[in-house]
Amino acid sequence: MLHAAVVRSPHAHARVRALDLSRAREAPGVRAVLAPGDCDALDETAEFEGRAVVAVAAETFGQARAAAELVEVEWEELEPLLDPEEAVRRGSLVGEPRRYERGGYERGLAEADAVVEAEYRTQTLNHNPLETHQCVCEWRGDGLDVYISTQYIWGVRDDVAAAFGLPPDKVRVICEYMGGGFGAKNGAGGYVTLAAELARRSGRPVRLALTRREENVGGGNRNATIQRVTAAAKADGTLTALGGEFICSLGWGGWLASTAGPMQLLHACENVRTVEYGAKLNLPAMAAFRAPGFVEGTWALECLLDKLAAELGLDPLELRRRNYANVDTMDGRPYSAKELLECYRRAEPHWERRHEVRARSDATWKRGVGLASQIWYGGGGPPSYAWVRVGSDGRANVVTAMQDIGTGTRTAMAQIAAEELGIRLERVQVQVGDSSRGPFASISGGSSTLPSMGPAVRAAAADAARQILEIAEQRFEREDGTLSLRGGEIVSPDGTTWPLEEITGLLEDGQILGKGARGPNPAGMRVLTFGVQVAEVAVDVETGEVVVERIYAVHDVGRVINPLGARSQIEGGIIQAMGHTFSEARLDDPHRGTVLTKTLDAYKLPTIADVPEIVCELIDKPDAQLTNLGSKGLGEPPIIPTAAAIANAIRDATGADVTSLPITREEILAALREARERERVGAPSA
Amino acid sequence: MKIELTVNGEQREADVWEGESLLFALREKLGLPGSKNACEQGECGSCSVLLDGTLVCACLVLAAQADGHDVVTVEGLGATGEPHPVQEAFVEAGAVQCGFCTPGLVVATVDLLAHSPQPSEDEIREALSGNLCRCTGYAKIFDAVRLAAQ
Ligand code: FES
Ligand code: FES
Repeated sequence: MLHAAVVRSPHAHARVRALDLSRAREAPGVRAVLAPGDCDALDETAEFEGRAVVAVAAETFGQARAAAELVEVEWEELEPLLDPEEAVRRGSLVGEPRRYERGGYERGLAEADAVVEAEYRTQTLNHNPLETHQCVCEWRGDGLDVYISTQYIWGVRDDVAAAFGLPPDKVRVICEYMGGGFGAKNGAGGYVTLAAELARRSGRPVRLALTRREENVGGGNRNATIQRVTAAAKADGTLTALGGEFICSLGWGGWLASTAGPMQLLHACENVRTVEYGAKLNLPAMAAFRAPGFVEGTWALECLLDKLAAELGLDPLELRRRNYANVDTMDGRPYSAKELLECYRRAEPHWERRHEVRARSDATWKRGVGLASQIWYGGGGPPSYAWVRVGSDGRANVVTAMQDIGTGTRTAMAQIAAEELGIRLERVQVQVGDSSRGPFASISGGSSTLPSMGPAVRAAAADAARQILEIAEQRFEREDGTLSLRGGEIVSPDGTTWPLEEITGLLEDGQILGKGARGPNPAGMRVLTFGVQVAEVAVDVETGEVVVERIYAVHDVGRVINPLGARSQIEGGIIQAMGHTFSEARLDDPHRGTVLTKTLDAYKLPTIADVPEIVCELIDKPDAQLTNLGSKGLGEPPIIPTAAAIANAIRDATGADVTSLPITREEILAALREARERERVGAPSA
Repeated sequence: MKIELTVNGEQREADVWEGESLLFALREKLGLPGSKNACEQGECGSCSVLLDGTLVCACLVLAAQADGHDVVTVEGLGATGEPHPVQEAFVEAGAVQCGFCTPGLVVATVDLLAHSPQPSEDEIREALSGNLCRCTGYAKIFDAVRLAAQ
């Protein structure tokens, strides 16, 4: 196997003036070198740092790296566009601005007793899965095998097939295990094209793995935002208008995730106006990152709501209850199920702790409690397919070409099949991760794996169960549809039971083959997920240090399949959100547009030392309208409300309004100064 | 250059370049991919191994420095079907999502418990704060360490 290294632009905006590959080509161990013109993934113009210019494959990674360093590139540096507001002014946008309006926004403002406005900012964040993007490409005749760390093997198949003009099934994509994605690994990306082309030219398998530094530049990111938002309400808290202008720094590409989504969907409000811009800048392009848009948008919206509550002298939880949406806020459709009110009810005792928490404040450490709500998609959808094979030993094999990105998808699918077949979990095996060894399965993104795949597996298991029971009914001379499977046995209503193997044993080499497809989502209904988080913080008003002491989370995602895994998703989401809130930020050189935080000591992920007490609860009520399973996804919901809940707790503790992420000590101290200033000016002079 | 070392109780030899890390030698030359490479500069702990009984980041140790020494990797702790008690505790507690950080955390936990069989919460925080996990949120890792300490 050969190893690849890539020469990338060190500049945010530049053009190749001259390129000398001669020394690299002659370097020891080099087997293939690609330059612009050889492959679409290489370019002579770099519109962002990290743009690939040359790729080298050599016998060892060290040799590839050494050869890459011998590539001589003469760059002509060009002026980078880095300011998102300037990009909007100049019309440098990815796509058209997205405008949304319902009701009469101006009228809503005019009717209000209180109007609050604020500008919130969020930073650029890197996914930093522990395993960087990587693949091995190997040609076999006219077909290509791609071993890859991905969230979507079918997406990779289609991307790579298109890049090489192959019929899709000539590309086989394999991903048995992978080290995290969080949205960064939803498709193939240029690095796979490079590996495949190097493999084609060298006639050898080629491995291309991004280094951590490459990952922190080009691995995808959650785009930064500037959000100018307004909320207006009557004295009783009824929202009369919500509005916002959202500027998203997408970089050179990507897409405009819905930052306005929470404002449009979370609370009932008749008059809403939003406009979103995707600023096209000379920076690496964004990629989906765990609830893209909604994480950023919820931060602003839920902080703004607390500001409004303060203005109106209302309890923040009560304000949210008074604006509870009973039908979809955008088109009036009923929800397939919505347990947000129940979430509020369960959050109540945790919210009530604020009196006791505040009372524990002293002169330096101020304590407070904040909450925020969450809304997100997560209903999944068709198409997705699964096969279930039952052999003569009564064991089941679930086959589907999906991937397990670490969320425990295999386990959940095994649980679903075991339940339907009435057999023990250990008797079910799940085979995933190979596009040529199973039917199409959904992407592991958008909290859609379980709600998309689970119903398909359940349908396949039910199909197999039905076939087993038909044989049993014939053999034991029972009426059609009277027998069922339970506890590894075939059960008759009169109490007679037979071991399952008594029927499957008849099969010898025969097999029961069940197949299942994901059905449609309920027509005319809106399928969404909901939740509430309550944060307790302590703020050192002298140093600006914030300690998150406790987070309570309650989420409504329909039926929960694997409670242990579900809690792990919630905890993981919350900790990632705490990273977003306090320590993580991609910092770019403000003039050159190059990434300064390329390593994990500069880009600070949360560690075990940062973990607060986390209490999680799940409503766990099946969504009766949704599929044969009643489950929604939980990958994204927990990361959505945390930052706002923490900021609201900081406000509760200190009166300080933090408006930009990450919340640094500097930011806290500045917000505290402002709060003191407000008090001084607002207070009547003696 | 040639190095000779003991890996997981076995005498091994490898031909390495002077600048090569122990992690690289383990993964690419000795066929032991259990130790993971997530940063190559001592920031993530995914490559944790025991070198003469001391917990180290294999990416920060030159393969040449391990010449004549004793290395234990995650592969040396348990076998398929016979996991180490710490590995069992990780499974039992559900302290794994994608699993990329897990080998490093298992080795670091083995080391922690060797020094402190009943670690306090603060000791756990201190001992494992060099092992990054992007998925689990660490709560279940606490559970696993407590379970293994029983
Ligand atoms: S790979 Fe060694 S510490 Fe990250
Ligand atoms: S489980 Fe994925 S990094 Fe820890």
